[in-house]
Amino acid sequence: MTHRLKLSQYAILIAIMLTASVGDTLLSRGMSQVGAVDLHHLHLLWRALFNPFVASGILLLIGFFASYMTALSWADLTFVMPATAFGYVVVALLSRFWLHEHLSLYRWAGIVLIVCAVGFVANGPSLTEHPSGKHSSHPDLDLMDSGAGR
Amino acid sequence: MPTLLPTHVLREWSAILTVVALAISGECLIAAAMRRLGDLDHLRTGPGLRGYLGPVRAVLSSPLFLIGALCMALNFFAMLYTLSIVDLSLAAPATASLTFIGNAAAAKFFLHENVDRRRWLAALFVCAGVVLLAK
Repeated sequence: MTHRLKLSQYAILIAIMLTASVGDTLLSRGMSQVGAVDLHHLHLLWRALFNPFVASGILLLIGFFASYMTALSWADLTFVMPATAFGYVVVALLSRFWLHEHLSLYRWAGIVLIVCAVGFVANGPSLTEHPSGKHSSHPDLDLMDSGAGR
Repeated sequence: MPTLLPTHVLREWSAILTVVALAISGECLIAAAMRRLGDLDHLRTGPGLRGYLGPVRAVLSSPLFLIGALCMALNFFAMLYTLSIVDLSLAAPATASLTFIGNAAAAKFFLHENVDRRRWLAALFVCAGVVLLAK
């Protein structure tokens, strides 16, 4: 049994890639509008919450955390990791095509390496098989799984 | 006689390694918590948004998750401290790439995941890719 992913599970992985990178970009855009925050001006953090970029960045990062944990509930950590790394590629491509920044040859090489890494892992099984029911504390759910999957 | 590392280099790298260690423990604890809970879809208590109360309650009452989340919070503040003494161009790729390699090793030894050659290669590629992206 190779643990094929359902369409909704692919959607969760894509959500992980997009929410983390777009959320970080929005936070950085918003915080550059708020200005430098130091220990003597902590009240600026409160005001930052009402910046539309910061607020939507935080919402996206909450979405990231929820989808990350959902993915970890049915896939290995080493399977989900390259998906989170793909976020770096999304940031680089966003800065190239949306902010029109220049991407050096090094960065293009980095993008290619991460895309390859995602390709390697995506081709393999998503969850390690442990002998009978060791990976779950719900034996009844294992039974249901074995009925549905084979 | 071997030359000793300058103190500031030692301080910078111990800050970076602290960030990495906290990130790895946090991610592994959270992954272990989610593995124990199993597929969150099975924990849904009903249709619609209210059905998500079940998974949320299950996650929040898992001690492994809470300790993992604490590690991630400490990781955040450790990263803030690190950024105040190390350049972003070193701190960001160093912590990210070391975390990826460390996570692969920790997943193998602590979570008993089947980290085959394909996944090791992926971890190394991501590691190198992150370093190149930061150039």
